[in-house]
Amino acid sequence: MATTRAQPAGTELSSPTPAPEAATDVGRTRSRRKTRPPRAQAARLLLWALLVVVSAAFLYPLVWLIAASLKPRAEVFDNALIPRTFSPENYVQVWDQLPLGHWVANSFVIAILAATLVTFSSAMIAFGFAYFRFPGRNLLFGLVLATMMLPGAVTMVPQYLIWKNLGVLGTWIPLFGMNLFGSAFYIFLQRQFFLGLPRELFEAARIDGASYFGLFRRIALPLSIPSLVVIFIFEFQASWNNLQSALIYLNAGSVEGFTAPLGIAYAMTKYSPTNGGQGDYQYVMVATLLITLPMLILFAFGQRHFIEGVATEGRKG
Amino acid sequence: MVGERSSVNVAARRPARKPRPARIKYNRREALAGYLFISPWIVGFVVFMLGAMAYSLVISFSRYNLATNVARPAGTSNYARLFDDPKVATSLANTLFYAIMAVPLEICVALGLALLLNRVGRGAGFFRTVYYLPKMTPSVATAAVFLLLLNGNTGAINQALGFVGISGPQWLIDPAWVKPSIVLMTLWGVSGTMVIFLAALKSVPKDLYEVADLDGAGPVRKFFYITVPMISGAIFFNVIVLTIAALQVFDQAYLLFWRDQTSSSPEASLFYGIYLFQQAFREFNFGFASAMAWVLFVLILLISLVQVRIGNRFVYYEGEKR
Repeated sequence: MATTRAQPAGTELSSPTPAPEAATDVGRTRSRRKTRPPRAQAARLLLWALLVVVSAAFLYPLVWLIAASLKPRAEVFDNALIPRTFSPENYVQVWDQLPLGHWVANSFVIAILAATLVTFSSAMIAFGFAYFRFPGRNLLFGLVLATMMLPGAVTMVPQYLIWKNLGVLGTWIPLFGMNLFGSAFYIFLQRQFFLGLPRELFEAARIDGASYFGLFRRIALPLSIPSLVVIFIFEFQASWNNLQSALIYLNAGSVEGFTAPLGIAYAMTKYSPTNGGQGDYQYVMVATLLITLPMLILFAFGQRHFIEGVATEGRKG
Repeated sequence: MVGERSSVNVAARRPARKPRPARIKYNRREALAGYLFISPWIVGFVVFMLGAMAYSLVISFSRYNLATNVARPAGTSNYARLFDDPKVATSLANTLFYAIMAVPLEICVALGLALLLNRVGRGAGFFRTVYYLPKMTPSVATAAVFLLLLNGNTGAINQALGFVGISGPQWLIDPAWVKPSIVLMTLWGVSGTMVIFLAALKSVPKDLYEVADLDGAGPVRKFFYITVPMISGAIFFNVIVLTIAALQVFDQAYLLFWRDQTSSSPEASLFYGIYLFQQAFREFNFGFASAMAWVLFVLILLISLVQVRIGNRFVYYEGEKR
């Protein structure tokens, strides 16, 4: 960096900068300000205006949802962002209208199981790849990465049949069972983290007589809690939002057994006038808001993790 | 990552250019422990990936009876049906059309937003949070809201268009507007792609822009000659990932159009993923569905390969570590 910085310093000769040792970017902004200040100002204003407009577009559906959830049936479609008639009783009635409590509880248990399982299995597998030396390690890790490209549609049918043959259809096992075997992206993330830990730590523990599993449980896991949390919240979100698996494995069962996404899909149809419903969409809106809320809370706590995690996903490509 | 075998072959033919790494002596206990640690993945890979794919291939050449769990060989009849069933061609055309519309728009919007955020400096964190919120919204919640926002008569989107004198289309009924509706919803959740671009933009060395400034390059030239090449890796990654996702589009189409097995616009909204799902889990034609899945797999593979071929020509990797 230093060499490229030095180069433009020479060209400053032509500009009447009093302090030639000033950093080049200072010189640049100064000269630009001198030549066209109104344009730079206008550009800045335009930038902020754009940001605000885009923010409004991104927030609008969520604000609309909150407003609609507080409206009586007749006003749900009026698009007013502040309800003309407040109808907070929607939030009470919805529990009688839809088995929302069941749905949320089901989704919650499944998401916790899915996230816990995948966090531990991925960490263990990642530790295997990060710490141990064994023949074929790099080839196998390449295969792990390759599975990330496998489209889910291909394995959807056979996985259903495998679960069927194992006799667990109708249970929740197909919704999180795969997580026992780790998940490629999380293995990748966690392996990166383990590779960052100093190897001497493990060597020292070995000399003190720790077993291999002890290394993992006593040293690797406690040190990697931050990245384990990332995996956990990622998978929690993925499981919480998963519609397709619920459609495959739970749709035939009772409505109480639905997960939250499947329940909302069911409610969207239930109240649809074309389906003989009364158009009570306010209940759908309340339910939708209530199942979105946990994700927004999760985001409030783990915002940095989400954004950095996604950025990492891009970097590996 | 390259297998050791190939390097051995090369070394045998001509004197090694690079000294071959000395054979690592593996500690048997350590190796065994390593295999034990990764054994869950191996089981999952063998059973639920390789096994599932092999199983799927067998089923695609069979007639599967769900009641008896017996797959009877059916030759290539399932694949032949792919050509006879007009819905396959329709759904494939719809899906490709959607992908061609969605992917470039997603890339452009995400890159545009990332460029905006990259310029703000202070306050970027706030806007980034706001832009990321839709990504946290479950797809079913997005669909429930957009179902009403996109309503042709009362929806907010047409109301807004009305203010500027445009009478909006029947988004969810008019076949021509079915795909744009889904694209619109997808664009609302484009922030994941944006974040990847933003990270890439942040890693472009500032010096390059300074040098370009001195050469008198304008913002447009700087964008095309510095920014785009420097973030080409991220563009490439996003294009591939978004294409694969677009070819499998399911949630939004299902929620907006196929919740109750009938659709207000059955021709235009029948995507490949929807038809595959219907054939598998509503009609229980597992053989036919598996054949469809394999066609999709090969299609995705081919498209990705073409993209990789094209990408290799343009993508610049810093340090060429790969």
